[in-house]
Amino acid sequence: MRTVAVLLATLLLAWPALAVEPSEMLQDPSLESRARDIGRSLRCVVCQNQSIDDSNAEVARDMRRAVRERLTAGDDDQKVFAYMVARYGDYVLLKPPFKAGTWALWLGGPLVLIVAGGLLLMAARRRKPIPPPVPLSDEEQRRLDALLKP
Amino acid sequence: MNRRLLFLLPLATLALMAGFFAWSLLAGRDPASIGSVLVGRPAPRLEVKALRDDEPPLTDALLRTGKPTIVNFFASWCTPCLAEHPLFTRLATRDGAVIVGVAWKNKPPEARAWLKRLGDPYKFAGADLDGRTGLDWGLSGVPETYLVDGQGIVRRHFRGPITERDVNETILPFLKGAK
Repeated sequence: MRTVAVLLATLLLAWPALAVEPSEMLQDPSLESRARDIGRSLRCVVCQNQSIDDSNAEVARDMRRAVRERLTAGDDDQKVFAYMVARYGDYVLLKPPFKAGTWALWLGGPLVLIVAGGLLLMAARRRKPIPPPVPLSDEEQRRLDALLKP
Repeated sequence: MNRRLLFLLPLATLALMAGFFAWSLLAGRDPASIGSVLVGRPAPRLEVKALRDDEPPLTDALLRTGKPTIVNFFASWCTPCLAEHPLFTRLATRDGAVIVGVAWKNKPPEARAWLKRLGDPYKFAGADLDGRTGLDWGLSGVPETYLVDGQGIVRRHFRGPITERDVNETILPFLKGAK
């Protein structure tokens, strides 16, 4: 039992490992936490679906460094994102912006939900109520009584 | 509504998916492609130390000479760079292309040794040791190649090694057309 508890505790204590190395971090904790927030929303350009904070790729390391340099230079978060988009396009944003090319992506899910929900509702309304059960005839009642007699 | 038409729905779905897959396969769609935002825009800043000894650093002026220029990021540790290298050699010697090479995250002595061994197709060669210039160019790795016209506008961005087909269908027409 104790072993299980220890193993469970170990499992819960194991945080997902970040690729951010101590030498990369900024001295200022508030700037570093902003850099982490930004890093989590920026997509590594060579690893499909990892943020730059999760990726060990060379280019992800360069991007983390650039984010920290921009922040140290006094840029706000929007400017840092704009800096990356100017170089790598919307692809670097893990949360794509809402625009002409992406409206299907954003509205597709809710649209399917509304259409499917509407169809289900219509089908439910159209369904006839189940008629009440027909009472037993005298003959049936007699047979039932006979069966139930102890 | 005709109930029977409803039975065609799975078939129609299948046809739709098959059409999408066929288009993906045949039209050369690459979902892994991240595209490039540089195409059609002025080339980013080029400011790197020279790779070879006793040469001046590379500057933006190299990209605004009125002649089309090829910019190639490479590294001696990169195998695809080895694969595309003969194409650049031929572009330089046979077609007289002006090629700017930038060694990305590559120790200069190693890059120089690599070029000495294989031949050096670069009219100008620079070293981007820490990858800062690469980031400005929207580089995702090596090799990547940019076609820059005489006015310094990026016309094409290849991610990954160039191929014989790229040379014949894109690079040679670009060199001829932009002159």
